Amino acid sequence: MNDLSTYPSAVPLLAILVSAASVPLIGISARRPNLREFWTLLAAGAKFALVLSLLPSVLANQVAETRLFQVSPGIDLTLRADPFGVFFALIASGLWILTSFYSIGYVRGLKEKHQTRYFASFALCLSATLGVAFAANLLTFIIFFEILTIATYPLVIHKQTPEAIAAGRKYLAFTLTAGVVLVAAMAAVLQLTGTLDFQPGGLRAFRDLSPVAVKILFGMFLAGVGVKAAIMPLHAWLPAAMAAPTPVSALLHAVAVVKSGVFGVVRVTDFLFGPETLSRFGLNEVMLWLAGSTILLASCLAFAEDNLKRRLAYSTVGHLSYVVLGAGLLSPSGLIGGLMHIANHATMKIVLFFCAGAIYVNAHKEKISELDGIGRAMPWTMGAFALASLGLAGVPPVSGFVSKWYLGLGALEGGSVAVVTVLLVSGLLNAGYFVPIVYRAFFKQSENFNSIGEASAWMVVPLILAAGLSLLLGLMPDLFFHFFSLAKQIAAQVLEVSNP
Amino acid sequence: MIEANLPLLVPLTFLIPALLIPLIGLRVPGAAYPLALAAVAASIPIAGFGLFRVIAGGPVSYTLGGWEAPIGIEFVLDPLASFLTLLVSVVSCLVLIHARHVVSVEHPDKRVPYYSLVLLLLAGFCGIMATGDLFNLYVFLEISSLAGYGLVAIGDKRSPVAAYRYLILGSVGTGFYLLGTGFIYVMSGSLNMADVARILPHILDQPPVLAGLILMVTGIGLKTALFPLHFWLPDAYSSAPSSSSALLAPLGTKVGAYVLIRILFFVFDPGALEQRVPITSVIAWLSVGGVLYGSLMALAQQELKRMLAYSSVAQIGYIGLGLGMATPLGFVGAVLHILNHALMKAALFLVAGNLRVQLGHSDIAAMDHRLSRQMPWSMAALVVGALSMIGLPPTAGFFSKWYLVLGGIQGSHWVFVAVILLGGLLNTLYFFRVIERVYLPFWRGPSGRAAANGGPGVVENREARFSMLAPTLILAAALLVLGLTSSFLVNRVIHPMIPAGLL
Amino acid sequence: MEVEFIAGHNLYWIISLLLLVGLYGMLAKRNLVKKLVGMNIFQTSIILFYVAIASKRNATVPVIDAALGSVDPAHYINPLPHTLMLTAIVVSVATTGVGFALLISIFRRYRTLDEDTLLKRMR
Repeated sequence: MNDLSTYPSAVPLLAILVSAASVPLIGISARRPNLREFWTLLAAGAKFALVLSLLPSVLANQVAETRLFQVSPGIDLTLRADPFGVFFALIASGLWILTSFYSIGYVRGLKEKHQTRYFASFALCLSATLGVAFAANLLTFIIFFEILTIATYPLVIHKQTPEAIAAGRKYLAFTLTAGVVLVAAMAAVLQLTGTLDFQPGGLRAFRDLSPVAVKILFGMFLAGVGVKAAIMPLHAWLPAAMAAPTPVSALLHAVAVVKSGVFGVVRVTDFLFGPETLSRFGLNEVMLWLAGSTILLASCLAFAEDNLKRRLAYSTVGHLSYVVLGAGLLSPSGLIGGLMHIANHATMKIVLFFCAGAIYVNAHKEKISELDGIGRAMPWTMGAFALASLGLAGVPPVSGFVSKWYLGLGALEGGSVAVVTVLLVSGLLNAGYFVPIVYRAFFKQSENFNSIGEASAWMVVPLILAAGLSLLLGLMPDLFFHFFSLAKQIAAQVLEVSNP
Repeated sequence: MIEANLPLLVPLTFLIPALLIPLIGLRVPGAAYPLALAAVAASIPIAGFGLFRVIAGGPVSYTLGGWEAPIGIEFVLDPLASFLTLLVSVVSCLVLIHARHVVSVEHPDKRVPYYSLVLLLLAGFCGIMATGDLFNLYVFLEISSLAGYGLVAIGDKRSPVAAYRYLILGSVGTGFYLLGTGFIYVMSGSLNMADVARILPHILDQPPVLAGLILMVTGIGLKTALFPLHFWLPDAYSSAPSSSSALLAPLGTKVGAYVLIRILFFVFDPGALEQRVPITSVIAWLSVGGVLYGSLMALAQQELKRMLAYSSVAQIGYIGLGLGMATPLGFVGAVLHILNHALMKAALFLVAGNLRVQLGHSDIAAMDHRLSRQMPWSMAALVVGALSMIGLPPTAGFFSKWYLVLGGIQGSHWVFVAVILLGGLLNTLYFFRVIERVYLPFWRGPSGRAAANGGPGVVENREARFSMLAPTLILAAALLVLGLTSSFLVNRVIHPMIPAGLL
Repeated sequence: MEVEFIAGHNLYWIISLLLLVGLYGMLAKRNLVKKLVGMNIFQTSIILFYVAIASKRNATVPVIDAALGSVDPAHYINPLPHTLMLTAIVVSVATTGVGFALLISIFRRYRTLDEDTLLKRMR
């Protein structure tokens, strides 16, 4: 039932290449913005369609695999669209479509410079993200992980202000160092176990290694992928990187980059080390502690930020650790909750970033304290904002509730009262730092926004769609994309239980 | 017929035109360049065929004048030699295509001697690779060195001083090598490498043999610029004319590394050696110093070519580390890094050459963001070269470091692994310093804040001409292609090279 | 080793001394011409070393002598190092030539051959 069978297929490769192929097209149509944006939208649509086409077979335990060529003796560059990969790829490519529409509205609204570079880097990032999703072994994973690092850099420094450049440096310092640690850890794994393949449930070879070696390796891996997952104390680049344009923050810092990080955490813990190894060496405790303290600390830090995007960034830091928490619980419900939170947080956080961007384009406001009364001028935007922030706090029926519910169940299954407490407290904290924004927007009076109206349709429509999606996913988690079935399937394979 | 003569053919394709050029060039100066280019271009298929033949059918040997091996001078083309010969041919061909315009701008009156010296240099390099005789190697070493001194001296005003320093230290290096060869000859009675390798196990405990080895390694270490014997390199490479440094930096030190490999792994047996003198470990630890020192010094440089020269010191450290680990994977990494570093350094020095020709300087401090508009393609090549130097996948540089790291872990050399990775981060620092300056407008200029989001204005196109751009871009593209195909190279080409002593 | 060396090590001491003198001259002297002189002493010492290792007691030049016969190599000194050194001498002369050419070029540009003055003028 749980066994996967693979069949050769070029679809995973095509799904990666389609956006990379659009890069030169975007480049040569630099002088014709409409044509250039057409390429972006075409690539986004084609990518999503390709990923979607993998879904039915994955649900039937049929996994598409593209085996390319050898990159190191005994290790092929291999792409495998397993349930977890498809799960992540669906989120990333689906939200890219929304972001593309939104980006067009945003950069044109602000008359940004270097739009061609912007769209080209964006497309490259998505290629790398799908590569990360479909990587069948660690080497392939790291290759795409590093490409993602480099492709994101031009987006982080896009504004080319001193602030953005400093953010770019910080970003590179964190991510490249992490990459180096990751490469070292990977080389050690190859020497010790002789393989780098991801397997549901992890490599058995780990169980026979010495505890010290496993602990050191785990520390290196956690540091390596933890930077992108913004686990404290490795999170500092994320708030700084908010200097990027808002659509970049939206997709990359709520979906592609940071989610690649937590995706990596889950890949490493559940597909490389395996739950059994983790619990044998007590490593999941480390994850729980780190994740739990990150959730609480980040939520507290979010209070202190007056800059809207930075507050969202700290909120992201906290929510990413929900996923880490889910992976650390090692129980089926916990894992399902963590995985669902990848999808749910992505949809909700993208709404919030879209709103922040719409406010910035229309009203040129970045600070929360300046948002009094903006809800009347931009009711749709702020309505969506309210919905998504409630969702992040875990209020039903928005999708955030579903993932938190499963996380809570998982914690109870493991008998971990502390984790349940963390979840409850952080829900309150979330509400604490989001509700005041909504309150200001709708219930405080101000004359500042009399002259402005709603943002352009390019921005508002994707925003509403994303908000609607997060509501629908809360009501029916298995709708359209079968996220819930996929999460169940993954948990079943990883934890080797028949019906989680 | 051709097959039997293969070992000597490549050096001769360089040597004969090298002598013809001055003769013809005296009357027709314009003929020098076509002749040189033709010779280099002709060497590529020969070297390529040589590699193909050696991989398919084993080493090819040729004895000079019909005297059989231990008595006469033997030329042997084995996988390592034929591979590096091909590398020399390809890189020098690209550099020569690039050089035509550079030479005609930088020193138009010295075209004839310049191209003649280039070919002599290459003949020396290929001779070193092909020869199977320790003393003959010395002769080719001197041929290439003398040509190298000349090539450095043709450069700017300070270049004769740098060349003179290079000459003095180079003579010390070759002198030590010659002395060491004498020691080995006294003890073994032979100069043929294969013959010496057969005799050595019986006499390895004799002090003169080990003394000879140390002398040889010291001498070659000087030519390779192995830290701390590197001090001649930055001056020589930075004041040499652009096309000379584009030849010397990628190839010159690599030839030295080749000689080290040949002596340490093929003439001597590293395993047996390690029990008597820890020479490979010493090389590895010195290389650690080289990686760190070279990278830090590169960080402090204000001129692109000088920065690249110090970066060469660091990169030679990587090669030394791979050799010093004395593990099969470390060896693979070292050989792969010889290839990769040759290509990326060539690409970067060609970019520096483009800058010199188009702007008249290559000062990092004087670069700004207009450059990325003025010379977009050259700067793109700079970025690719830099990414490869840093060792980011999927560029070629990642894979050589990957094998080096694997080799380090294979031999449990944790410090070396850490240094290899740390070196990559230091690379990031000094290359991003340049890249930020070239691409980002908001650089702190001399007056504090310069040109904040300066108006786009009309930026004139100052891109290098096609004959200079094409080789640069080909090298940059090769870095991307070679990265992903490195496994093929390792399996088919580099694996046969691994000396028996390491397996 | 069949090759027999001359008795005692006196010659090797002298050669070593020459080698060190040469090295000292090359590396420590501030005058560029003296560096070149040092280089020549250095190379000569190596040439002497090779010539020394070729010689044997009671042996003659390696031209077959009817009186001694052609069978026993002990009667003739080893010719190979000599021939090698012919090459090395040529190399040494060439290097010296290049060195002088560079010196002339340096002197024309900076009007000095003293390293300290040179460094000052290069700035």
